[in-house]
Amino acid sequence: MSTDAVQLLTPDGRRVRHPDYDIDLSHEELRGLYRDMVLARRVDGEGVTLQRQGELGLWPSLLGQEAAQVGSARALRPADHVFPSYRDHAVALCRDVDPLNLLAMFRGVNNGGWDPTDHGFHLYTLVIGSQTLHATGYAMGVAKDGAETAVIAYFGDGATSQGDVSEAFNFAAVYDAPVVFFCQNNQWAISEPTERQTRVPIHRRADGFGFPGVRVDGNDVLACLAVTKAALERARRGEGPMLVEAYTYRMGAHTTSDDPTKYRDSAEVEEWAGRDPIARLKAHLLDLGAADPSYFDAVDQEAGELAQHLRARVRSMPAPDAEAIFRHVYADPHALVDEEREAFRRYEANFAVTGGN
Amino acid sequence: MTTVTVAPAADGVRPATRTLPLGRALNEALRAAMEQDPKVLIMGEDVGRLGGVFRITDGLQKDFGESRVMDTPLAESGIVGTAIGLALRGYRPVVEIQFDGFVFPGYDQIVTQLAKMHARSLGRIKLPVVIRIPYGGGIGAVEHHSESPEALFAHVAGLRIVSPSNASDAYWMLRQAIASDDPVIFFEPKRRYYEKGAVDTETAPGDPHRAHVVREGRDATLLAYGPAVRTCLDSAAEAEREGRSLEVVDLRSVSPIDFDTIQTSVEKTGRLVVVHEAPVFFGSGAEIAARITERCFHHLEAPVLRVGGYHAPYPPARLEERYLPDLDRVLDAVDRSLAY
Ligand SMILES: Cc1ncc(C[n+]2csc(CCOP(=O)(O)OP(=O)(O)O)c2C)c(N)n1
Repeated sequence: MSTDAVQLLTPDGRRVRHPDYDIDLSHEELRGLYRDMVLARRVDGEGVTLQRQGELGLWPSLLGQEAAQVGSARALRPADHVFPSYRDHAVALCRDVDPLNLLAMFRGVNNGGWDPTDHGFHLYTLVIGSQTLHATGYAMGVAKDGAETAVIAYFGDGATSQGDVSEAFNFAAVYDAPVVFFCQNNQWAISEPTERQTRVPIHRRADGFGFPGVRVDGNDVLACLAVTKAALERARRGEGPMLVEAYTYRMGAHTTSDDPTKYRDSAEVEEWAGRDPIARLKAHLLDLGAADPSYFDAVDQEAGELAQHLRARVRSMPAPDAEAIFRHVYADPHALVDEEREAFRRYEANFAVTGGN
Repeated sequence: MTTVTVAPAADGVRPATRTLPLGRALNEALRAAMEQDPKVLIMGEDVGRLGGVFRITDGLQKDFGESRVMDTPLAESGIVGTAIGLALRGYRPVVEIQFDGFVFPGYDQIVTQLAKMHARSLGRIKLPVVIRIPYGGGIGAVEHHSESPEALFAHVAGLRIVSPSNASDAYWMLRQAIASDDPVIFFEPKRRYYEKGAVDTETAPGDPHRAHVVREGRDATLLAYGPAVRTCLDSAAEAEREGRSLEVVDLRSVSPIDFDTIQTSVEKTGRLVVVHEAPVFFGSGAEIAARITERCFHHLEAPVLRVGGYHAPYPPARLEERYLPDLDRVLDAVDRSLAY
């Protein structure tokens, strides 16, 4: 771990102070962060398992990134707006997005079926880096409205190579847009290490665009919360964007289609296993006497029940109605779509009668 | 267009004809091109150690080094733009775009720069850049991983566009694309990567822009390229059981298009059904239908029909079977053609 990262909990769970970013949380709040991380890990594990069982087409695992996601998401207020990438399942959970929505998307039932206005959580974006521009534009709108809202964009270290992300940084800077750029540097873009994306530490890129950047220990949920909260408050005060680089590690494969043993060392993975974000907070909770074994058992049980519920619901999830292909292509009626839907209907009906397959 | 000279097998023992999966044939074509010409470079996301997400560049970085097989930053505009610069400096970059739906950050460089520099320089600048794009659906993927954007490129003058449908064409058309002094957009039918075919790596082939009649027939012509060729061959086999004789033409090249071969087939059968996965509206089938109607008006027994995708975003995986042209939809179009 680089020495310049903000840290409030050491890997063995000891609380340390930071001069610029510190935070005091109640025992209840600390337990809440623990619960969020455990539930997120369980939902994620369920995604991987369901994919292995053929129930999902793909699943991008967040394993190892729970603290970065939960810490940053718990810094948000309800009115804030999130622009996620595709691995931000814990952020989605913290925004009360039903995990079945995420599972449905990766099952191939829809391409993002939730309403972004419901929980201030935009649709997942699979095209790398695109959402950083949307977040910036949304934040520009917030500034025009004079609203007390902040915006946060999530993206990976690989994404910082895209032109879109540099353009987003620049627009956000010149318009003082109230947006926090939250980069989860999990050190890999599929098979490419961060060194293949950038020769400067990612948080330092902000300098060149004229706004502050800070690196935070991404496996430390308290530090992620404290730094993101400060960045969001700064944005709300009208002081413009900030870049937060959460330095963390992707413990699993890039997605269920990927085999990381092809390109990375198991020693590296083991080393990061020793910095597990959940174990770290658990140690701290025990140290404080803020939770006892029965609390941890209760959270595990809740996670188990959630997993069971998701499993059952995914397995019985109905296939989408085929005419959904034609639905919502346009907001207003469109003659060509109407014509093609009619032809599709006639074709399928004729099929049913002849009994072919 | 391009003649490819064939170097004798480096190890002297490789048999001329082998059975290879289509994806493996592409890998061998890249290897052969790199062995033959030190100016050939490979660049893209994950093409090095990983060998690409489909393993098309498997083992090449190990054998040719990082300076010839370059893992690039995650930036398609950067990849295409720097490939242009490398070509200006005398290299022959072969670029991998990871999936069809991710070419668009690089689309500006392809359309506004790569396609036009030869003309702008009055022929002085040559840009021998190959852009490989795994394309098409049928693999149960999430969005942006199943698209067929060939028409968006075919509309742009200055680009050559090809799409092999079998292992032998995969091998040779890629070698020809790399040897071409023009930019080539090379669409790879990703759902056919694992289909095997005979590849003769010694016998240099003909023009990559010639269409091939891959099955003879009398009653109607099915025309396709890339992944849809297999669908048409299966349809023709099924039709034969019902007593119908369908000719199948593999177009192979979307720009330029070999209208002569199509015309000859249509003059024989009197009927044409064009099949592609891309949306029908403003698709390559529209161009083919218009030209063939002009050329074969008096031979046609029915209008040229098209089978393809709808005017809708590529649907989520659970609906793609209903969206993609399959055997039944092809045969339905044949029925409609024959009913005229
Ligand atoms: C424009 C674009 N190019 C390529 C891809 C294919 N792709 C999907 S994820 C990925 C790596 C992303 O790495 P990073 O930004 O670090 O995010 P992480 O997956 O590590 O969270 C790539 C190359 C894509 N989704 N979009």
